[in-house]
Amino acid sequence: MTTAAPLLSARDLHVTFPGRHGAAPARAVDGVELDIGAGEIVALVGESGCGKTTLARSLLGLVEPSSGSVRFDGKPLEYSSRALKAYRRRVQLVLQDPSGSLNPRHTVYEAVAEGLRIHGHGGDERAAVAEALSRAGLRPPERFFLRYPHELSGGQRQRVVIAGALVLQPELIVADEPVASLDASVRGEILALLLRLRTELGLSALVVTHDLGLAWNVADRVAVMYLGRIVETGTVEQVLTAPRHPYTQALLSVLPEAPGDPVVLTGEPPDPSRIPSGCRFHARCQILAGGEADRAGVADACRTQDLAILTGTDETQVACHWARTRVTT
Amino acid sequence: MTLLDVRGLTVTYPGGAEAVRGVDLSLEAGRKLGIAGESGCGKSTLALALLRLLPAGTKVGGEVLLDGEDVLTMRWGQVRAVRWAGASIVFQGAMHSLNPVHRLGDQIAEPILLHGGAPPAAAKRRAGELLEQVGLPAARARAYPHELSGGQRQRVMIAMALACDPRLVIADEPTTALDVMIQAQILRLIEQLVSEQELGLIMISHDLAVLADTCDRLAVMYAGRVVEEGPARTVYEDALHPYGRALSSAFPRIGDPASRFAPRGLAGDPPDPTDLPSGCAFHPRCPVALDECAVLDQPLREAGPGRRAACVHVGAAVPPPAGPAQDVRSTT
Repeated sequence: MTTAAPLLSARDLHVTFPGRHGAAPARAVDGVELDIGAGEIVALVGESGCGKTTLARSLLGLVEPSSGSVRFDGKPLEYSSRALKAYRRRVQLVLQDPSGSLNPRHTVYEAVAEGLRIHGHGGDERAAVAEALSRAGLRPPERFFLRYPHELSGGQRQRVVIAGALVLQPELIVADEPVASLDASVRGEILALLLRLRTELGLSALVVTHDLGLAWNVADRVAVMYLGRIVETGTVEQVLTAPRHPYTQALLSVLPEAPGDPVVLTGEPPDPSRIPSGCRFHARCQILAGGEADRAGVADACRTQDLAILTGTDETQVACHWARTRVTT
Repeated sequence: MTLLDVRGLTVTYPGGAEAVRGVDLSLEAGRKLGIAGESGCGKSTLALALLRLLPAGTKVGGEVLLDGEDVLTMRWGQVRAVRWAGASIVFQGAMHSLNPVHRLGDQIAEPILLHGGAPPAAAKRRAGELLEQVGLPAARARAYPHELSGGQRQRVMIAMALACDPRLVIADEPTTALDVMIQAQILRLIEQLVSEQELGLIMISHDLAVLADTCDRLAVMYAGRVVEEGPARTVYEDALHPYGRALSSAFPRIGDPASRFAPRGLAGDPPDPTDLPSGCAFHPRCPVALDECAVLDQPLREAGPGRRAACVHVGAAVPPPAGPAQDVRSTT
C-alpha cells in the first residue's frame, strides 16, 4: 500500500462555514491531508466538534471544500451533480443510527434496492439485493425482503444499511460511528463484517469514530483529529500503544483499561471559529501546563508557532513541538 | 443498615412482557453498584421500578426496601417524599430530560421548592451552590439548556439529582453519547460526589469497562434476571457466566494482540421478553450450553467469595471450559 497511488486522497483541505451575524467563520476542517489506499481501513478519531464528520462529508462530496482538493482514483473530484452521482456509486456512506437512516415505511428490499433504482441498474435487481443482504450477513436474504425496520433488531438494521451501501459494489465506504448506537454484543459482529468485506471484496473504509477500541479492532491506520486538523497519524499499533502527541496520550489515558493515572483534560475543545494561535492544543495541553515543554525549551514555540500540516501518507507523524524534540533521529 | 435492599423484584408490563423476573440486590451507603446488560435486558425497568415510576397497569412484585421501608407498598404521599429526597434518578439523554424553555436555575430549584419547602430565594441560592458542586459557574443558572454542551447538560442533570440531598442516586447510562474525555470528567465527578456525601449509587450502563472502573460491585443482567454478581473488577476480568464473558470481551483492550483485527461479539439477539426461551434464557446464544440448559432454569447460586452466577457450569463438579467468547468470524 505504500507504493500504489491512494484510492482517495485529500490535499490541504479546508472547509470553512461562514459565521452568523458577523461572527468569525468556523474553520471546521483547517488543513487536512489524508490518504486511503485500496483495501485499507483508516480510522479517523476525535471528540465531537473536532471536524471529523465535516471532513468525512467533504471526502464524500457532500460539502464543497473552501480550498484544497479531494482526489479519487487519481482524478480530482468534480462538483457537478452528474459527476457527483457517478462518484457516489463508487463511494458509499454508512450512517450512525440505523433507525434514523432507514425509512420506516420501506421494506428491507426497497431500502436496499433504492440505490440500484437511482443509478439505473440494468441487471437482475432481485439477485443484486439478495447478494448484498447475504454479504451483510442477513441470510437467507429472501426471509428479510418483506420485513420492515421495526421488525428487526438494532444489529439487523445496521446490516440492512450496510447492504444498501454494498449493493452498488462501491470501492470505498465511509462509516460514521457505525457501532455507536449498537449493543456491546452486536458491536463485535458489525466490526467483523467490515473486516470480512475488506477480505472478500477488497473494500476500503474510512471509519469515523470517537472509540479508540474500535480503531484497535479493525483499522490499519489511525488519524487523530483535534480542532480541524490531524495532530497524529500512523499505524494503529504505533499511535495507540506509543502515542506521542499529548492529546492522543490524554485520550488513551482516560480509557477504563488504561494503565497509569488518567489525564483528564478540563473543559471542552475550543470553538473552531476561535482556533488558538500557536499549537491549537496548547491551551489544554498537559505537557505545557506541567512545565515539561518549558524544560524541553519549546514552550514559546507551543504558544506562538503553528505546526506544519501532516502529510497524508502512511508514515507515522505527529504535530507537536514537544514530541519532535524527543525524537533523536 | 442496608440503604437499599431489593428482594424478589418482578415487573410485568401490560402487554405481558416480563421485563424483570426476580431480582435481589442490596447496596450500602457510600457504595457503588453497577448494573450491566444489553438493551431490553430490563435494567432501566428495574431502575424505574425502584421509585415506582412505571406506567399504570404494570404489575410489580417483591420488595424494595429503602432504609428499611418498602417503597412498593407505601402510600402515594410517602412515595412522593421518597422521590428526590430519598432517592433520585439521573436519566440517560440529558438533551431530552431538561425543559428547553426554562432556565437551568429554575429547573434545579423546582424540586427544592416542592420538597424542601424552602423560600424561593434560598432555593435559588442552593441551585447556584449545586451548579458549583458539579463544576459549573453559578452564573450558568440563568442559561437555557441549548446554551450548554452535552457534557455540561449532563452535569446539570447530576446537580438536579442532588438537589434534595438524596441518600441514593440511580444513574441510568449517565455517560452514554458523551465523548471519552467528557465521560472521564463526568465519571470522576460522580465518584467524588459519592465519596463526599456518602451516597449510595446505582449506575446502569451497557459499558462493562466503565462500570468495572467506577463501581465496587457489578451485576450483569440478562432477560430480566441477574445472571452474575460480584466485585466489579473480578466480574469484568474473570466472568463466570458465559454471557458475562461475552460482554466483557466485547470491549477490546488496546494493546492486546488477541483483539487486533478480531472484534468479538455474541451471535444472535437478546430474547423477546414476551416470548422467553425455555430453561436458561441464555441457552440459544450460549457457546457452552448443555442439552439440559434448554429445559432446566438456572437460578443464581453462590460461586466463590462474594460472587454469584446463574450457570449450569458454576458450582458443578466439572469446572467450566475456559473457552473465550465465541469468535464471530467463524459464525457468520
